[in-house]
Amino acid sequence: MFNGQEMKALEGEVITSALYANGIRVFGHHPRDGAPQGIFCVNGQCSQCMVLVEGISVKGCMIEVREGMKVASCEGVPELPGRDGLPAFSGIKTISTEVLVVGGGPAGINAAIELGTLGIETLLVDDKSELGGKLTLQTHPFFGSREDCYAGIRGIDIAHILTAELSKLDSVKVRTGTTVVGAFHDGKVGMYGGDGYFLVEPRVVLVACGAREKGLAFPGCDLPGVYGAGAFQTLLNRDMIIPTERLFIVGGGNVGLITGYHAIQAGIKVVGLVEALPRCGGYKVHADKLTRLGVPIYTSRTVISAEGDEKLESITTAAVDESFRPVEGTARTYDVDTLLVAVGLSPIDELYYKLAEFGLECWTCGDSAEIAEASAAIFGGKITGRKIARALGRDVEIPGDWESKQEVLRSKPGAVVDWEVPSGDGKAFPVIRCVEEIPCNPCVDSCSMCSIVIPGDPIMGLPEFTGECSGCLKCVVACPALAITLVRPDAGEKEGTSIVVVPYELEPGGLEAGMEVRTVDFDGNPVGTGTVVKMRKAPGDDKRLLVSIEVPSQQAVDVAALLELEAEEGEMGGGIADSISDDTIICRCERITAGEIRGEIRAGVLDMNILKATVRSGMGACGGKTCTELILRLYREEGIDLDDVTLPTERPFVAEVPLSAFAGIKGGDGK
Amino acid sequence: MSLAKYDAIVIGAGSVGCPIAYFLTLEGLKVLVLDGEHSVGQGQNKAAIGGVRATHSDPAKITICIESLEIFSTWKEKHGTDIGWINGGYCFPIYREIDEEKLKVLLPVQKSFGLNIDWVGPEKIIQLVPGINPVGLRGGTYSPHDGQISPLKAAAAFWKESRDRGAEFLFGEPVTGLLRSGGRIEGVETGRGKYYADVVVNAAGGHAGEVGRMAGIEIPVVPDSHEGGISAPMKRFFDPLIVDIRPGPEGRTANFYFGQNDRGQVIFCYTPIAPIVGTNRSVTSEFMPVISRRLIELIPRLRNMLIRRVWRGLYPMTPDGIIILDGVREVKGLFLAVGMCGQGFMLGPGVGLNMAKLIVHGKPGIDPEVFSTIGFYRDFHAKRAEALK
Repeated sequence: MFNGQEMKALEGEVITSALYANGIRVFGHHPRDGAPQGIFCVNGQCSQCMVLVEGISVKGCMIEVREGMKVASCEGVPELPGRDGLPAFSGIKTISTEVLVVGGGPAGINAAIELGTLGIETLLVDDKSELGGKLTLQTHPFFGSREDCYAGIRGIDIAHILTAELSKLDSVKVRTGTTVVGAFHDGKVGMYGGDGYFLVEPRVVLVACGAREKGLAFPGCDLPGVYGAGAFQTLLNRDMIIPTERLFIVGGGNVGLITGYHAIQAGIKVVGLVEALPRCGGYKVHADKLTRLGVPIYTSRTVISAEGDEKLESITTAAVDESFRPVEGTARTYDVDTLLVAVGLSPIDELYYKLAEFGLECWTCGDSAEIAEASAAIFGGKITGRKIARALGRDVEIPGDWESKQEVLRSKPGAVVDWEVPSGDGKAFPVIRCVEEIPCNPCVDSCSMCSIVIPGDPIMGLPEFTGECSGCLKCVVACPALAITLVRPDAGEKEGTSIVVVPYELEPGGLEAGMEVRTVDFDGNPVGTGTVVKMRKAPGDDKRLLVSIEVPSQQAVDVAALLELEAEEGEMGGGIADSISDDTIICRCERITAGEIRGEIRAGVLDMNILKATVRSGMGACGGKTCTELILRLYREEGIDLDDVTLPTERPFVAEVPLSAFAGIKGGDGK
Repeated sequence: MSLAKYDAIVIGAGSVGCPIAYFLTLEGLKVLVLDGEHSVGQGQNKAAIGGVRATHSDPAKITICIESLEIFSTWKEKHGTDIGWINGGYCFPIYREIDEEKLKVLLPVQKSFGLNIDWVGPEKIIQLVPGINPVGLRGGTYSPHDGQISPLKAAAAFWKESRDRGAEFLFGEPVTGLLRSGGRIEGVETGRGKYYADVVVNAAGGHAGEVGRMAGIEIPVVPDSHEGGISAPMKRFFDPLIVDIRPGPEGRTANFYFGQNDRGQVIFCYTPIAPIVGTNRSVTSEFMPVISRRLIELIPRLRNMLIRRVWRGLYPMTPDGIIILDGVREVKGLFLAVGMCGQGFMLGPGVGLNMAKLIVHGKPGIDPEVFSTIGFYRDFHAKRAEALK
């Protein structure tokens, strides 16, 4: 029941996802200015999805629906329900453990596996209901190296493999659905979750909390419908909800690119993607997957505003110059209902610094330590797990090549090289369109004839096909980037045609044998037309199809995919501001504008603690997790050296906790 | 090295230093304020919960806080700045006979100073504090003229008004030495330079003792600490600051107190029985489990409020629990406004007013006899336990 209206929801679904599935996008209105509040982090970090359950304010993204639950939107400041009976109290438990691992993503699980294998008493906590961290949101096969970090396997499956491995270890206890809410002076760590509030007294702590998404400030950035790519992946891949029909993405890193691909797989129209840099920061192969599907990628361009009444209706982009200032006369407006912000990640490392300040022995790995691919986090976790074991006096080796492997997996993509058109004289040969040095090698292992090699660097280098091809198609299945096709020269029924086998990951929909399709090359440029001859499931990968297309022989090596979508041109026009405009919301929790903060900065305020006092930026539920970086940008825009700026003091709690939990009241409300 | 000459230098830009600077500028003085923190109110000011009452038992505190209340409550009409004043009064709900007797004995003393305070029955308490546990409630005291202020806004307001009147503030510059010559103060020294003035005021809160030692005097101020917390905003449902003077059932807490501020957030704090001595300001894991039970036992519906933040602030304590306002005889021109014992915020404006008068006119505004009870040269170990903290 939402605002008196009955709704259907799935068991185990969180409230926000259930509401989204029922078409509800606005969960309440802010007390300061009545602005609509929609989802933002879907991660329990902000409080934008606050709703009232039986009159009590809760974060909608953290609470599962129950049958008969009465949910109401949170309109303004909530009222405390007048429940005046005295509840029964029970004490707060304190759990001791040798090692506390915070975060059950790729880094944390692997560290816990290393520790558990050595019999070290370990408690692993994670705020989600399932382990795996962001792996559980990743439905695409992984890059990296096959022997070291599960390359070629989809992220969500890696999560299951790791979780199963962990569950075999007796000395590792796991608590999911449990958020670390604060670190205390006495070396204890406060946790809140399904078991209520409890304290952990660890000897050593490993912080492997991953990263949070950076924000982007522009007018309208606070409208429901503008949110992070992580939130989107959660709705789509974890909760199986199609949250949008028309999507735009800002940010051309791997997160933005991959999310765009996921969206298309779910049948969502991706209207475009902008990247402020001249080149996408993500792997070229990911960008190419999008362009081949007809998604325009605009580089040197950014979003300058979002428009809409109560929810997002359109966005406006503009070209940017070398100093990222929008260029007059280049604005384009697109009608979309969702804008994903994927402009980078910052490490969640506050807990690490806080615990270190309190004198606790503290370690960090994965994205909490340095933002990199999940494959690097897997290795980082293994290494750190063993380092902790050594620090605890266990006699254990760290294999000499682990650190160097981790280093390689952390590598940024290398230069893009010109692609040499391959040729083959056998009955079949693979066309490998790998033109950018990234840490990846599943194709090498996949080849049944051992004909694919990476000369020189065993993983960062580019693979080459030399020798014989049996036409087994294993490399076409293995390549995470869909960058390998197989050509069977002159094998078509018609004279002068060849067969090209391309990997296909969308819903097959209307695709069937005999159909004529338009073909594109690897960069998404049209090649010509072809006829679908055969479709079959890729062995060992139930999400990928292999489609055989008959094409003119001279086009065979160029054809990389079928064209799916047509690009849309946005509408021209709109004025351009060359800095964050004064009406842009910077602090979302308290709804503080750039103008209000700028006024204080111009009055000489260099201490962000004073901003908290005077304009209240950073005083809301999230504790400045989103706005701090944006405020620093305002300082930079005002020409202030950031060394002169004092950062706000951080104090518990990381997320709001009901008073009842601290008193050990069973069942929270304790009615 | 700067060689600026000021009329007065105030050490500390907090709850006490800022009002002193403000009232000195009103007297026409050229004032410099120095603080080791990066901005105003970054010591204990921001740790205060913001309650302001004149309904104490100590005559000096009563008279000074009457002045504080006057200054705070008229601030907005005088200066146009909202500092979050809520005229909600103070309420001490009472459940034990012994506490009832204790408070009733004080009433005539408090009334003799003209304070608006009275004993009210349980029905009135329930009306003032909806949802308060009625079992065993005997009634309590209610003083409608007291109230609360946002400490963050107040410090910023004093800072702004002082600057507008010519006061200079230098932050990130802790005082490292006091300059003296022939029994007179000449100025102060920091890591960046020397600043000269004939008057220096020690309003250094938790650091008051250290500053005293720079002039070779021993000020008996030792900081201990209290923890505090704040909830998410809720619709206002009670106006008074509430003080529960019973000891806690867990055996670790004396009284505890809380209020709902101008944004609807409940701010709360307790007094530990065993003082946590020292200057550390990081929160312990003990605070929330202890205070949550006390809050819920008093007002059960509070169990559903969301807790947003917790912190710890210092209580610069004197041996007798009473503040020190005085001039230092051994070092002429050095003044002390220290040892606020955790009530620096509510005392601040009244202290500022009286210090400015003492410095400029040689005598405070309040009755000199009352003023002498808070002097530096009193016997700190004479028996004079405050009936009501």
